[in-house]
Amino acid sequence: MSAAPTAAAPAPPSSTAAGVWRPRKTLRRWLGWAFQGLTIVSTLLGLALLAALLFDVFRDGAGQVDGHFLSSYPSRFPEQAGLRSALLGTLWMLGLTAVIAFPLGVGASIYLEEYAPDTWLTRFIQLNIANLAGVPSVVYGLLGLGLFVRWFGLGRSVLAGSMTMALLILPLIIVASREALRAVPDSLREGAFALGATRWQMVRRTVLPAAAGGILTGTILALARAIGETAPLITIGALTYIAFDPQGPMDLFTVLPIQIFNWVSLPQKGFADLAAGGIVVLLLVLLIANAAAVALRYRMQRRLQ
Amino acid sequence: MIDLRVRERPDLRPTAAAAASNGQTDIVLMARGLSFWYGDTQVLDGIEIDVPGRQVTAIIGPSGCGKSTFLRCFNRMNELVPGTRVEGAVVFGGRQINDRAVDPVEVRRRIGMVFQKPNPFPKSIYDNVAYGPRVNGFRGSMDDIVESSLRRAALWNEVKDDLKKSGLALSGGQQQRLCIARALAVEPDVLLMDEPCSALDPIATTRIEDLIRELCEQLTIVIVTHNMQQAARVSDRTAFFTVTDAGCGILVEHSETQKLFTSPADERTEAYITGRFG
Repeated sequence: MSAAPTAAAPAPPSSTAAGVWRPRKTLRRWLGWAFQGLTIVSTLLGLALLAALLFDVFRDGAGQVDGHFLSSYPSRFPEQAGLRSALLGTLWMLGLTAVIAFPLGVGASIYLEEYAPDTWLTRFIQLNIANLAGVPSVVYGLLGLGLFVRWFGLGRSVLAGSMTMALLILPLIIVASREALRAVPDSLREGAFALGATRWQMVRRTVLPAAAGGILTGTILALARAIGETAPLITIGALTYIAFDPQGPMDLFTVLPIQIFNWVSLPQKGFADLAAGGIVVLLLVLLIANAAAVALRYRMQRRLQ
Repeated sequence: MIDLRVRERPDLRPTAAAAASNGQTDIVLMARGLSFWYGDTQVLDGIEIDVPGRQVTAIIGPSGCGKSTFLRCFNRMNELVPGTRVEGAVVFGGRQINDRAVDPVEVRRRIGMVFQKPNPFPKSIYDNVAYGPRVNGFRGSMDDIVESSLRRAALWNEVKDDLKKSGLALSGGQQQRLCIARALAVEPDVLLMDEPCSALDPIATTRIEDLIRELCEQLTIVIVTHNMQQAARVSDRTAFFTVTDAGCGILVEHSETQKLFTSPADERTEAYITGRFG
């Protein structure tokens, strides 16, 4: 039966010459709600898990974090142990890794985005950089062991560890920086060229300032990844028991995740609490790094608008 | 051929002597047998045109006739796009400029460009205008050059109190005048304008059109427009391009604007300007 068209509000016919129309409005509306509900559940589930993790770790570990914990060296007595050497090792490694990986990564991304001709070789290189970002970190550890520790003769030093970590995060920095460079509209490049700028002037004065926020964010997130990595450093032999401060890039070192891993593996109850404290410190370092990334990005964007 | 990459090249600037040697008409820009390809697709075929100095030359034609591509041949912007090829000659001030020996950076400093969509840099108004002088090694009073450029672009009175404000904070019409000021700051001899009003409202368009009339007393302007009324309003001479069935742009007719719109020589021009085509 077909709806009779009225002058006021002509209803669409339920059947036309080509076929039958079944709007099923209720079902469609219900499906829309159901999908929206699913996306909300996914979001809340992730948040709940994160909150539970943070709550658990802070309940066990927050009480551990005090001046003594931060300023003491590891010990076989839980009540005397601290993570001074691990924290300093992490900060050393963070700094050196940034110094090595940032210029290399940004340089490579600038070449690939602004200079390289679009040939099969360029595309092959770009594809493989993306692939490198997915290589397991322990493989980088083996490379670092063979190349930096043995062949370069750097030993199990902070420098060797940082170079290994730099290799690990280089693809991440390159990929993130290329995204940031690609987000700069070509109209700005054309505008710079049209004023008689050379390619280097165009990159230096127009593209880099516009992409700086994204590049810095990507770099800091990559460094945050490096802070949490354990496998490559175990592979190159970063020691667990270090009872001195690293004084220079050639010193032996350990880092927070290794110290935490070591404490977790010990049987006494006291060390489990120390491990939780170590996780709290590690999380704080990560949060500070991420907050720095957000703040930098915000400042850059405000300066540009 | 002399290497033009060495410093200042006064011979790229059309001199009185060069104008005199051209006789009465002071031809600043010329295209001779200019053809252009994107990959294997030819988009311009055998364009021949003389652009007289200190006048406005409008380029009109239907979509896809290659008028923007043609405009970009004058400041060699096309070669930034990979896979393009150009044949024939572009002559500026008596010198062929689409030659490997000529540095495109020097060409673009002499032949400025304003784009379809306003593209101020995400910098302050001051830094936008100072960009060109800075990259071209200007030594002198930057404040003066910024002020005079903004005055020439009829923007000074609106922005003089907040030169530190971002260029992106301006309205669309102001942004386009900022882009014009930015182009004028390097003191070009020619200003290429690629549909400069197509993203603007009618009032902003009027201001830009008035500005074009003022500026053409000092420099040569070539403007691409899809708006025939605009061409009739602002230009001294008009070139009509059309597109062949093969998708290739050709120049049909080029004459004084008055003549082209009232008594076109070619029936394709007449069909276009009377609205029977395109």
